[in-house]
Amino acid sequence: MKINQISMFLENKPGRISEPCKVLAKNNINILTLSLADTQQFGILRLIIKEWEKAKKVLEEAGFVVNVTEVVATEVEDKPGGLAKILEIIEQEGINIEYMYAFTFRSGDKAVIVFRFDEPDKAIKALLDKGVNVLNGVQLYEKSNQ
Amino acid sequence: MVSYWHDGSSIFNPISAVEYLPEEYLIKIQFHRLKVMIKRAYEKVPLFRQRLEERNITPDNIKSLEDINLLPFFVKTDLRDTYPFGLFASPMEEIIRLHASSGTTGKPIVVAYTKEDIEIWADVMARCLVSCGVERGDIVQNAYGYGLFTGGLGFHYGAEALGATVIPISGGNTDRQIMIMKDFNVTVICCTPSYFTHIIERAGELGVDLKSLPLRIGIFGAEPWSEGMREYIQREANIEAYDVYGLSEIIGPGVGIECKCREGLHILEDHFYPEIIDPETLQPVPEGEEGELVLTTLSKKAMPMIRYRTRDITAFYKEKCKCGRTTRRIRKISRRSDDMFIIRGVNVYPSQIESALLSVEGSTPHYQIRLTRDHGLDQMEILIEVTKEMFSDRIGELEKLQEKFAQAIERTVNLRVNVRLVEPHTIPRSEGKAKRIIDERKI
Repeated sequence: MKINQISMFLENKPGRISEPCKVLAKNNINILTLSLADTQQFGILRLIIKEWEKAKKVLEEAGFVVNVTEVVATEVEDKPGGLAKILEIIEQEGINIEYMYAFTFRSGDKAVIVFRFDEPDKAIKALLDKGVNVLNGVQLYEKSNQ
Repeated sequence: MVSYWHDGSSIFNPISAVEYLPEEYLIKIQFHRLKVMIKRAYEKVPLFRQRLEERNITPDNIKSLEDINLLPFFVKTDLRDTYPFGLFASPMEEIIRLHASSGTTGKPIVVAYTKEDIEIWADVMARCLVSCGVERGDIVQNAYGYGLFTGGLGFHYGAEALGATVIPISGGNTDRQIMIMKDFNVTVICCTPSYFTHIIERAGELGVDLKSLPLRIGIFGAEPWSEGMREYIQREANIEAYDVYGLSEIIGPGVGIECKCREGLHILEDHFYPEIIDPETLQPVPEGEEGELVLTTLSKKAMPMIRYRTRDITAFYKEKCKCGRTTRRIRKISRRSDDMFIIRGVNVYPSQIESALLSVEGSTPHYQIRLTRDHGLDQMEILIEVTKEMFSDRIGELEKLQEKFAQAIERTVNLRVNVRLVEPHTIPRSEGKAKRIIDERKI
């Protein structure tokens, strides 16, 4: 149920974010979604990519420091209170959300959100118990092609 | 009195009479003191005896001042290896003061003084102050750090010995420094040159016109500074700025001082015998050529030092000084033969930074030390290349790591530094080895 996310370290200065994008483009690798967290000095670029193993390889060859982290992608009702409902489930379990960001595409009439939990397995179980649709890799990559 | 010894451009004070001795008398004093010191060091300090024995010599082999060439060199690691008291030549009953300066491994270098040593130190410092034109009646604001660092107490005792009025304000609290400078009609300031440029800037912000104050002399040392900086200080504060040289291993400040001519620093060579050697061959360089300054203490009791390699690069002036002093002069020191650098008066070795980084990560990352000067204050920034092991997808983790590095460095060198994580392969390497220090300070 978990999705592999690629993250990489970037210095916070002009032109830095375009470098990894160029590397991926050259290798014909598509980015499904991304998020950028930054401080004054540095940033962390997080990418969801179907061919994450290939992406990791080409980025590392280009000299970037790349980590792979497991994240959870869930469907969220695209209406007021949709996200709040998910968060409530997580909160009740005492699970911590390290960070979250949204996908650019939808799953039917629902939005898709990526979560980085401190206890991903526990979170998945809680979400599934409450009937929330957690997407696995295959489902996710299919949706992205629709 | 005795005005025929000099051209009137310098102040004569009986305390500095020895600096005007004809050369042959000075050599006699030096040789006599050297003999006594070597004998004492040989008898009292096992390391000195051992090094002399390795060369098959005894103090009796020293038959002239030139024979100092026969003696072995000593280096900073000798102090570290004998930490803390291994080089003391006096029993603790006769030692009345200990000082310490930063060492290469976090352990300080310890130095000791007998009562007589302290008196000599006060005497050479008083002579230094005279050389810069300080007199009784002057009010001396001593903004060198008081404590284990030799700067504060060295100037303090010297100014008192001369009979000037000392304000033992120590370093820091710039606003108060400026207030006291103004309110107490201070005429002499002693501090690091970079700190004084900070005072100049702050005074400007506070609307205090240093040029209009009675301040007339500044004595600056403990770090290298340039002629450009001297011009700036003299212009902005309307004072005469003098360079002072010294190192804890020899005595502290008081080893060398500029005179009114400000063409090199006179070595107080009746107490500290200077040589300049080629750091590669260890042979003396031809007179006037550049090399590493080597110093031998001629009178120190508690902790004699034989041919101590200072790592400071300088050269002797060939001509006698116009001020009339017969003591030899060295060129203002601008660089060192090793990679040590001085920041805010603190000696720092890249190896110290390296061991601090090692303690955090378990391996040494690629790093670079960048020294800059911001509003007159030295800043140290450490760039660290992020490795796979360090990297986390969480901002908080990386910020925590930065802070861990900064704290480890602070524990080692006692300085707060900026740590900046950078992308891999962004620190230039030459022949596989990273350039460790980028000094962008304009001195």
